Formats: sequence, C-alpha cells, structure tokens
Amino acid sequence: MELVVAAAIGILTMVGIYLLLRAHTFPVILGLTFLSYAVNVFLFAMGRLTIDRPPVISPDAMGYTDPLPQALVLTAIVISFGMTALIVVLALRGYLETGSDRSALDAPRRTDEEGRS
Amino acid sequence: MTLLLVVLIPFMGALLPPLVIRSGRNTCAVATGGVTLLALALLMSHAPAVFSGEVPKAGVDWVPAMGLSLSVFADGLGFFFAAMILVIGLLVIVYARFYLSREDPMGRFFAYLLLFQGSMVGVVLSDNVILLLVFWEMTSLTSFLLIGFWTKRADARQGARMALVITGGGGLALIAGLLLLAQAAGSYQLTEILSRGEMVRASPLYLPALLLVLAGAFTKSAQFPFHFWLPHAMAAPTPVSAYLHSATMVKAGVFLLARLWPVLAGTEAWFLIIAPAGLVTMLIGAAIALFRNDLKGLLAYSTVSHLGLMTMLLGLGTPMAAVAAVFHVINHATFKAALFMSAGIVDHEAGTRDIRRLGGLMVLMPVTGTLALLAAASMAGVPLFNGFLSKEMMLEEAAHTSYLGLDLLFPVLATVAAVFSVAYSARFAIGTFLGPVRGDYPHHPHDPPLGMWLPVAVLVVPVIAIGLFPGPVAGPLVALTAAAVIGGPLPDYHLALWHGITPALVMSLVAFAGAAALILAFRRADALRARLPRIDAKAMFEASTGMFVVGCRRSLVALHDGALARYMGVTVATLIAVGGYGFWSATHGAGTRPPLPVTATALTAFLALVLASGGVLAFHGERLTALILTGVVGVVVALAFLQFSAPDLALTQISVDVVTTILMLLALNLLPKATPREQSLAVRWRDGTVAGLAGLGVAGLAYAVMTRNGTSISEYYLTQSKPGGGGTNVVNVILVDFRGYDTFAEIIVLGIAALAIYALLDPALKGAAVRRIKAMLPRTESRDAHPLLLVVATRVLLPLSLVVGAYIFLRGHNEPGGGFIAGLVVAIALIMQYIASGYGWAAERMKVDAQSMIGAGVAIAGLTGIAAFAFGRPFLTSTFGYLHSPVVGTFELASAMAFDLGVFLTVVGVMLLSLAQLSRVAHRVDPSPESREPMDVQLERTVPRTAGGES
Repeated sequence: MELVVAAAIGILTMVGIYLLLRAHTFPVILGLTFLSYAVNVFLFAMGRLTIDRPPVISPDAMGYTDPLPQALVLTAIVISFGMTALIVVLALRGYLETGSDRSALDAPRRTDEEGRS
Repeated sequence: MTLLLVVLIPFMGALLPPLVIRSGRNTCAVATGGVTLLALALLMSHAPAVFSGEVPKAGVDWVPAMGLSLSVFADGLGFFFAAMILVIGLLVIVYARFYLSREDPMGRFFAYLLLFQGSMVGVVLSDNVILLLVFWEMTSLTSFLLIGFWTKRADARQGARMALVITGGGGLALIAGLLLLAQAAGSYQLTEILSRGEMVRASPLYLPALLLVLAGAFTKSAQFPFHFWLPHAMAAPTPVSAYLHSATMVKAGVFLLARLWPVLAGTEAWFLIIAPAGLVTMLIGAAIALFRNDLKGLLAYSTVSHLGLMTMLLGLGTPMAAVAAVFHVINHATFKAALFMSAGIVDHEAGTRDIRRLGGLMVLMPVTGTLALLAAASMAGVPLFNGFLSKEMMLEEAAHTSYLGLDLLFPVLATVAAVFSVAYSARFAIGTFLGPVRGDYPHHPHDPPLGMWLPVAVLVVPVIAIGLFPGPVAGPLVALTAAAVIGGPLPDYHLALWHGITPALVMSLVAFAGAAALILAFRRADALRARLPRIDAKAMFEASTGMFVVGCRRSLVALHDGALARYMGVTVATLIAVGGYGFWSATHGAGTRPPLPVTATALTAFLALVLASGGVLAFHGERLTALILTGVVGVVVALAFLQFSAPDLALTQISVDVVTTILMLLALNLLPKATPREQSLAVRWRDGTVAGLAGLGVAGLAYAVMTRNGTSISEYYLTQSKPGGGGTNVVNVILVDFRGYDTFAEIIVLGIAALAIYALLDPALKGAAVRRIKAMLPRTESRDAHPLLLVVATRVLLPLSLVVGAYIFLRGHNEPGGGFIAGLVVAIALIMQYIASGYGWAAERMKVDAQSMIGAGVAIAGLTGIAAFAFGRPFLTSTFGYLHSPVVGTFELASAMAFDLGVFLTVVGVMLLSLAQLSRVAHRVDPSPESREPMDVQLERTVPRTAGGES
C-alpha cells in the first residue's frame, strides 16, 4: 500500500509541476491545485499509514494514528484554498486588465534596462 | 540600568527634533542638546566608579542559550569614547544650530544626528558582540543619511552611497569576523572574550577572524586602500564632517582595534598586517592632503593620515604604542573637530573653501583666525600644543621599530609623513588666514555669531591645556583608557613636554625643516605632482559598482526573464539537483516497517487517480474538462484520507474541493475557455522531464519515510487531549487548543487573503477591465432565469444545511468535525443560494456582510485567547467545564469552543467574500433587474426567457 500512495504522490507532483511550467494562467492554477494535493498527502504520509485507527479517544479503540500531521494538513488544506482563490483572482484581474492570460511577458526582459543613479 | 539608558536615550530623543521644530529652530536645538546632555549626565554618574577601577554593567538577557543579550558595559575605553562622542556631539549641535540655513530641514537633521549618536554610543558600550554589530551597521546607515543630507546634490548622493557601500561592506566582513571570534572564545560577551586572549590566539580561527575584523575596521577608519570614501563624504554638511569624520565614526575602526587589542594583538600577523597598513595610510594621506585646495578635502586627507597614525601605533602591539594611540585619539578629536568647524565658518562667511581664493582672513575674522591657527599648530605638532606630545610619542615608537629586518623603514617613512603633515598644516593656516587681505572674496567675511565660534573655542581649550600640562590634565584619562586597552599593567611612561634629546625630537626637527623647504618650493612640487599619473578612486569605484550592477542584472534576467515558467523551472531543477546530490552522496538501506496489504478498492482508486491525472495532462487545453478531472483527483485524495484513519481531513478535503471548483467555474466564466497550444514539442518534453524527475524524487522520499518507523511527539497530545483539552477528537483539540496560536495566525492569513481578493475585484475595477466584461456579457448565461428545480432545492436545503453545520461544529471537539469543516459546510449552503437564485437576490437577503464576519471571527478567537490573561494564564490557555441542563442533560463547555466559533466565522466569511465577489464582477458592471417577489419562481417570466435563451 505504501508504494501505491508514494506513486500517487509522485504522479500528483509531476502533473502539478508540469502544469506550473505552462505559459497560461489557468493551467498554472490547476498545477497549483495538484501540487497542493501532492504536498498535503505527502505531509499526511509523514505520520505513516494506518487503517482504522482514527485519533478520536475512546475506551474501546485499539490504538491511534499520529494526529499531528492531520492537524497540520487540515489547516494546510484550508490555507491552500485561500492561496488558490487569491491566485485565481489575480489571474482574472490580469486577464481583464490586459486581455491576455499568459503567465509571461510578451517580450522577455532585456539586460540593457538602465538603472537610475 | 542607567548605563543602558545612555545608549537608548538618543534613540528615544530622536523623535523629539522633528516634533518640536514647529516651535522654532532654537527650541529644536535646545531639545536635541538636552537629550545629549541627559545621556552625558547619566554616563557621568558612572564616572566615579569607572575611575575607581570598577566596570559598570547593565543589560537584559534575551535568548541566553544563543548568546543574545542587550548588555552594555563601561570600562575605561568604552567610557572614554562614549564621553567623547557625547561631549563633541553637544558642541556640534550648538554649531549646527547656526550653521544650517533656514531652508535646511533642521528637525530631520537633528533626528539623524541623534540616531547616529545613539548607534555610536552603542558601538562603544556594547558588551554583546551581536549587539555591537547591530550598532555598527546602524552607524553606517545613519551616516549614509547624514552624508546625503542635501539630497538634491549629486555629489552628496554619490558620496553617501560610496560611504555606505564601503563601510557597509566592511561591516559584513566584520559580522563574520566577530562571529568567528566569539566561536574561538566560546562566548558572545566581550567581557568574557577579552579575558580569553590566549585561547583565541591559539585557535585555528584566529587568522580568518583577524582578517575579517580588520576588513571591518579598515573600511570604517578609511585605511589604505579603502581610504577614498572619506574625502567624498565631505559633501556632507560641515557639522557632520566635524562629528562623524573627525571625532567619532571614523574612529570606530580604531576603537575596534583598541577594544580587541588584548585578544588579538601581540602576534606576528597582527604586527605584520596592521602596522604597515597604518604607516602607508599615514604617509599617503599626508602627501595627498598637502596638494588639496579644498579646505575640507585637505582636512579629510589629514584625517585619513592621522587615522593611519593611530592604526599603526595599535598595530605595533607594544603597550607603550597603545598608550600613544589612546593619547592621540584624545588630541586628534579636539584639534580636528575644531579645524573642521573653522573650515565651515570660513566657507559660511567667505563663501568659498578654495584655499587659492582665500588668505588674509586673520584681519577680517580675528577670533576664528586665532582659534584655527592654534588648532592647526597642534595638527602640525608644534610644541606646547597637544598634537606635539602624541606625535612625539609616535615618532619615538617608530624609531624603535624594525620591520622584517628593515631597521630604517618605519623611522624614515614616519619622518616623511611628518614632513607632509607639518607642510599641509602650514598651508592650511597660511593659505587661509595669513598673508595680505584680498578684495575678491565671494562674500564679505567677518567673525560669525558667538554660537558658531564658541564650540571651536571650547575645543581649543584642551588643545592648549593638554599641550602645556599633559600630566595633570590628561594623565588620569589616558591612564584609565590605556589600562582598558592593554588589559594589564601600564608601561612606565610620562606625559611631559621635555624628554631630553631623543630620536623623536630629532625626527620632529627634521620634519619642520623639510616642511619649510616644501612650502617654499610648493609651486614646483605641485607641478611635479601634476605630471604624475593620477588614480581616480571615485571613477574606479563607480566603474566597479557599475560592472557589479550589470552582472547582477544579467544573472537576474537569465533566471527571471518575465516568464513564470522560467524561474519555476529553474527553482525545480535546482531542487532536483540538490536533492539528487544528497541522495547519491549517501548510502541507503531498505525500510523495515512492514507494509500494509494492497486492497482492490485502493487499486481502483489509484487507477482513477492515474486516469484523471493523465486526462488533465492530455486535455489541459480544454479548461472545463481539466477542471472536472481535477475534481475527480480531489475525491480520490479525500477517500485516501478516509481510508487512512483521517475522517477530519476527508471532510475538509471534500468540502474545500466543492468550494474550489465553484470558485474556478466562476472564474472560468470570465476567462478564456481553452488554452492555445503554442509551445513546441521540445519545450513540452523538457518540462515533462523536469516534472517527471521531481515526481520521482518526491515519491521516493515519501516511500522511504513511510517504510521506516519513526518517533513522534504526538503521544503527548493523545494522552493529554481528554484530561488537558477536554475533547476526544485529538485533531480538533490540537487545532483549537495545543496549537491554537498556529490556528489563530492561520485564520488571520485567510482573512487577509479574502480582503486582498476583495481589493482586487471590487473598488479598482474600471477602465479596460470593465469594457472587456461588457463585451463578454452577451455570451454569458447570467440573464437566464435560474433553473426552477435548483432554486427550490437549495432553498429547502438551506435550513437543513445550517443545522448540519451547527451539528458538525458542536460535536467537533469530540467527534470528527469542528469550526473549519462546519464553516465550509455552511459556506457551501450559502453559496448555493447565490448560484441558484442569482447574486442580487442572495445579496439582498444576506443580512451580515462577509467582511464583518471575518472581523468578528478573528476578534472572537483573539478575545478568547486574551481572556486567559484575566486568570493570570498565558495567551490562549484553555479551560472547560460541564454544564447541567434540564433538556440536553450534562454537556461540556470548553473555552476552546469559543475559539472554534471564531474559526468558523472567519472561514464562512472568507469563502463568502471571495466567491460572492467573483460572482459579482459581471453583476457589478451590468446589474440585471432582479425579482422583488419572496420567491422569484415566476413561471410566466421564466418560461419565455428560458426558451429564448436556450443554449
């Protein structure tokens, strides 16, 4: 099972990074979502995988999984939403202002831009 | 504690001048002087203790384990320097009051001056080396502000920048040097370090530490080859030159050498590096000074020369030379500050500082002239003035110094430097004040007001007093300071006018004779100098900084050319390289943790994830399809959380996914629906390789961790959750109790993100953006009536969803649930109303606005935390108790519940604000009419519209 989860994390990371490297905003946003999934599952997996041991205290529980990564990931999921929402709105505003949803300047920056003295 | 106040008062007082400048320039100067006087008085209250041999200390520990503390001490050296800084500061403040013109912003000037003063006092009194470094950098920064005070002048700006680059750069080296020193000594407290000289000198870190410390000291004290910034700093107002560039800041380097003398001095390296550097600086500075026509330029190079003299003396490493260095610090501060002020007066009154246009001022301004001549005589080393005494001691030391077997090197070069030194002093005095009165001064020179020459007079008093009676006047102070520098018994010395016919006296006589010849032959010497190749340090500096800037820009553009993909790619590739190096430079064994068996369900879910991810990769150009497939991946992730004992995460993930999908759909409504494929196959393969390698690395890392057992701190949370936090859902107890601080910060971040979204979409939306949205409107579906079924279903479900939300919230402390999840559920229920019935309808019925909800949420969470203070407990300490109610029975009430309520409100507010804003964008540009009926399910209006707008 560990191998399956690790493979899933790898695939999510790969798709996320590939999409991040695209030149338009929407794929980049999706890429960020994929990367968030990958990171969240990765963090969660740091508590090792356990089945049927939820960290809810009860007298007849057989044992508990590590609750700390869960608490960290829970906040991470919510924060990822805040980040995604902000990026989406940035992309939207950028598109509405410029009429282009590319994530790159039309002309690359050049080295001879003069600094002021 | 009063000692700490000596350092802090100037900083606090710096607020004063800009405030009181409204009451006039005199009030402003008095306030500034009052601040300095207060600090000086507090310092002087320690004088009896210091002179009786005690070392007053004060301070507050900050992080003792890391050697960080706000601690100061005043031994003889620190006390002497602090007193000098404050006394001369006081005189400079009086002088500046009359020097600055009405147009100059005096409040700002005095504020800078006090900030500098505080930093400088901090440098000399710091006990902790880190603290010293902080103050050291602050002197660089404040001197930048002071040198560039006349911001409109290009030379002031350039001079300020050059000083900052050189002294700031040296400061960086000093940071490394002092850290190494602290490492070698095993302490960050100077008082400790000073007692461990043997240990430091035996350490292998000694040489690197010494070199780095010297880089800091030499740049600050303008030693060759870093001397060139000081003359350019003369673009500063003259009070600044008198204060920073003669008496205080440039002496910081000398101070540092003296401070660390007991630890670092006495080795071969110390002597071989510092002594010749000082000697060369002394010689070069004096030679250049002679040919300067600008009075301040002449004095600047003279200062460079005298700093070299002090550095050389400290570099000799003998106790006797250290005494001479300390004595010269006192003498130089008095006569040089007086001379700078006199030069300022001449500039002020005659309208020029060019020595070729001056002369004969003695007749026109006798007071200034007399004072300046006295100070200049001291600078030349004329007997009966204090400069003579310390210079004589220097020559005596040089006469006995042999460098690498060269017996004559030091005596001869020191004598040559003395020749130049006498000559430039004479040129300064003769060229400015003596000779015939001229008729072509730019102004009509006369003596300035009392306030301007009085500080000069005050400085000239010790010049003569020490010169005549060195023992009684300066003896105790020199002994005190020198004892602190040497850190051991003082050598046998006498501060006296007459020592008999000594080598030093002979060298002095040679210097006077040589200088007389040089002055007589000045024109020929000057012509000779004009034929020598000139090294323009400023041009070289500008060229090298220019090259540096171009290099930086090139590498920056190479990494970041304005395309997101470029630097993301660079970042990921670097991470892969670093990770790969780490992986291959170590050995790895297989994990020992027994793996879980793979189930068919898990494999099916994995297959779904692979297919959905592959689909996204293949069809990401079709944005809607890609979004739906992403949703599938989200569901699989949620299921995985459920499978692996994390019900809270599963609930959170699934509700966040719903909100995120709605958000993206709303955005996609206004964004292009497809992504054009404009990249070549090669680029896609390259990115694919990078992404694939990164995925492989992350997967490998995750697998490696999962197959190994580890230790966790969670045992504490599991055992304490019920007795300590009063809840059985450990994840929720961690969030609202054990790590409530994190959660508190997190909801603040969420709130800020939502407000940023609001700011991006609401008030600033105009111009091109509005035109684009209008152009889009005809093809949006927003004019259609809302589907009947959806409207009815969402409205019926709303109360139900709210009850579910309340239930999830209330049980959260003991069962999966809690503020985050409940907030998401309620937010989804509310957002559904916007989707089903339209923005206008829903917004009108929303009685609470989202911003207030966020504010209330953060406030409630914060107040819950603060409430703990009322019981004398730290922030966010929780409590709980059991209530008995007739209907529900016994139930638990925890203060963490109130905190969770804050979380809940913030989450609802954030979700509503961001989604409602997004759905409002189109509405705001073109508000379509909304139905006023309680239920806008009007068949006669809905039907034709739906039919007409069928898509």
